[in-house]
Amino acid sequence: MPSHAPLAASPGRVEVGVITARRRILCLFAHPSIDRSEANRPLFDATARVAGVTLVDLYAEYPTGEIDVDREQARLRGHDVICFMHPLYWYSTPSIFKEWQDLVLEHGFAYGIGGTALHGKLFFNALTAGGPEQAYCAAGYNHFTIRELLCPLEQTARLCGMVFLPPFALFGARTAVDEGRIGAHVTDWVRVLEALRDHRLDLAAAVPLTKLNADLDAIIREP
Amino acid sequence: MDGMLFHAFIYLAAAVLAVPIANRLGLGSVLGYLIAGILIGPTLGLVGAETEEVQQVAEFGVVMMLFLIGLELEPKLLWEMRARILGLGGLQVMMTAVLIAAAALLLGYHGGLGLAVGLIFAMSSTAIVLQTLGEKGLTRTDGGQASFAVLLFQDLSLIPVLALIPLLAAPGLSGLWAAGSGEPGAGAAHGAMSLVAGLPGWGYALVVLGAVALVVLAGHYLSRPLFRYIAESRLREVFTASALLLIIGIALLMTLVDLSPALGTFLAGVVLANSEFRHELQSDIEPFKGLLLGLFFITVGAGIDFGVLSAHLATVIVLTLSVMSLKMAVLLGLARLFRLQPGDQWLFALGLAQAGEFGFVLLAFSVQNGVIPADLARILSLVVALSMLLTPALFIAYDRLIAPALRTGSASAPDDIDEWGTVVIAGIGRFGQIVNRLLLASGVRTVVLDNRADQIDLLRKVGIKGYYGDAARPDLLHAAGISQARLFVVAIDDQDRAVKMVEHVRRTYPTVKILARAFDVRHLYLLQQAGADLVVREVFDSSLTLSIAALKALGMHPFKVERMARAFRRHEAEGLTSMYDLWDENPDIARNLVLQARIREHVGSLQDALNSDRLQLHDRSERGWTPPPRGINRELDGDA
Ligand SMILES: Cc1cc2nc3c(=O)[nH]c(=O)nc-3n(C[C@H](O)[C@H](O)[C@H](O)COP(=O)(O)O)c2cc1C
Repeated sequence: MPSHAPLAASPGRVEVGVITARRRILCLFAHPSIDRSEANRPLFDATARVAGVTLVDLYAEYPTGEIDVDREQARLRGHDVICFMHPLYWYSTPSIFKEWQDLVLEHGFAYGIGGTALHGKLFFNALTAGGPEQAYCAAGYNHFTIRELLCPLEQTARLCGMVFLPPFALFGARTAVDEGRIGAHVTDWVRVLEALRDHRLDLAAAVPLTKLNADLDAIIREP
Repeated sequence: MDGMLFHAFIYLAAAVLAVPIANRLGLGSVLGYLIAGILIGPTLGLVGAETEEVQQVAEFGVVMMLFLIGLELEPKLLWEMRARILGLGGLQVMMTAVLIAAAALLLGYHGGLGLAVGLIFAMSSTAIVLQTLGEKGLTRTDGGQASFAVLLFQDLSLIPVLALIPLLAAPGLSGLWAAGSGEPGAGAAHGAMSLVAGLPGWGYALVVLGAVALVVLAGHYLSRPLFRYIAESRLREVFTASALLLIIGIALLMTLVDLSPALGTFLAGVVLANSEFRHELQSDIEPFKGLLLGLFFITVGAGIDFGVLSAHLATVIVLTLSVMSLKMAVLLGLARLFRLQPGDQWLFALGLAQAGEFGFVLLAFSVQNGVIPADLARILSLVVALSMLLTPALFIAYDRLIAPALRTGSASAPDDIDEWGTVVIAGIGRFGQIVNRLLLASGVRTVVLDNRADQIDLLRKVGIKGYYGDAARPDLLHAAGISQARLFVVAIDDQDRAVKMVEHVRRTYPTVKILARAFDVRHLYLLQQAGADLVVREVFDSSLTLSIAALKALGMHPFKVERMARAFRRHEAEGLTSMYDLWDENPDIARNLVLQARIREHVGSLQDALNSDRLQLHDRSERGWTPPPRGINRELDGDA
């Protein structure tokens, strides 16, 4: 398990400056029936090949839902960016993420007195939704934007002192493969991960967006 | 007696010296045996006249090999291969024979003689080809399977060929006809005994059908109760004896009706391929087959007549090369026609290009029947031997030149190897059955072994396939395919045997993962020490399930009980790991005071944990879902 020492704990790094050190990204992935997945599977596989990213398959690691709190907290300490990767289930995450939050984000660790372990980290979702993009607005049948629906997570991140970024989202996920959209989406995903890692993603420009992948050229600086 | 011991010594010594060297040099064992034969025969002259008799015994190796091959081949598979056996095999024999006959005609020989020679050279060497394919692990490739189909057809065609040869006699030589050999099915190549001599054609056909039916029916209905009865006696050598008895009996029956003994035992093998005794039979017969086949190759080498060879050196070499190129061309063409992959095409063509051991038999038979003059036959039999001698070299050529080139060229699609690989399960009692059922239901292929024949029999009745045999025996494990297995599950109830089994498999097959069933903690440690990757105590989970039920029955909240059980399980696992080192220092628990103290502490800490509110063991069952302190709202409000 990668439990890197936190940035500040390695004196050598501090002199170089926080900006130049690569961000360490933790992708927590959850899909309860991965062998039937069309959208998340290729995203998962691509993520595994990006250097500097730790990828954790939560359902594989905790098949009975028995989450190892110490291990998860060590992981969080060891990374600068926390990403929940998942299909959208009932306008939220698959249930194991809820269990994970309930157990891992303890008082004194994530919030409250002495709960500063997550301060300053970035948090966002990389999700796939069955519904079409135009349904996710006030006039559409889903009534809310995807960002609005993730409000509980946004507030959780804020309470823990993290910076919440809009979700990296794929809509119409059930037809993405047939319509030939999945390849471009995976390419965009790898591009976002690398930009985040190498400090090339303009956070100030990204924070207000509804989804992270609205216009990547506008928020990513090429090396 | 002295002579026999002396010859046995010579043959064995030659094999022991030559084969490992040949193997080390990458030449394969077949070439090693052939060279050994040449050394002790024509070169040193240590053996001579008796080679022919020895060869007759040694040919039994081929018979056993076909039995073993039959065991690997379920009837269903054989049926699936029918197009290849008849199409590929039939065309190969016919085309080769016709082309060689045409060449003979061009050279001015009699057409009948040409056809006889063609048929003789159409045969390939089952012994060399299958042995080499097996050694190189190519049996299951498409090229290997196609080769096998052709060899099988050649074996089958031996019967009509033996009937045909007497009809091919050239007028001038007919005076040499041996009496009585013109009868149908006069395959009197081996014995003088024959039940069918003098029978009319339809009568012969009936007898042959009857013999085949006897083998199939007896194999199916008689052999299994017999084997079960013998297995229950637990006398290993009697089981071996009965396996040999079966093979020899069938061979005898086949000779009586002028059928090829190899074919008969092959059939018996196929019939027994589905039986629970398959692996036991395999591991019993295997050593005999290996030795006899080796002996057979030695006699081929020893039988080379250097006198004739040096007199006709150029002729023999030219003939050999021509025959082999012609066979190869036919084989390549057929391989294309039947759409083998390029790599398999070459394997198939190079592998079957030699003439075979049946060639010697057919040559002798042709001379008897006045089809081929004796001096020509001597030269031709050198051609057969030389082509056999060259075969290992062709296989090496395939290995070094063709296989690598193809491998880089096209990443050949992986064969349909099952996705999860195979699992060997030793012991199919109450424990192994559960394991087997879940694995099977999940689409995993399992091979199940148990040394209680009645248990295996019972399971077969309810549709679970198991094999009889003692999984503690290395050869049986090997026959069950442990070397290719992904996992080995030890589920037997004999504690000491389980440990030995784990030790053996760990040592011999380091890549196989071992999962073992333990009786208690002591046994668990022993299995771990022996090299098991995962050990599970046999009653731990069921006891825990019952304790959970008990707590729920007392009225405790089910989810709280679940959390306690989880904590208990974790505590137990941590305790086991922490105590292993102490145990390892001194496994005698009665004298290991440090370990005793640690055990007391372990048991005590659990009691503390579950009895008091102050959870000393960091019980995460209490840690999870801990609500924030009551003053939290003031605290957070201040933050904002
Ligand atoms: C239990 C469940 C709940 C779902 N809820 C939603 C939903 O609220 N909104 C939506 O757009 N799609 C919903 N879907 C569709 C999934 O988001 C969609 O199947 C998934 O993104 C496809 O990704 P995959 O191919 O990796 O499985 C739901 C699917 C399931 C199985």
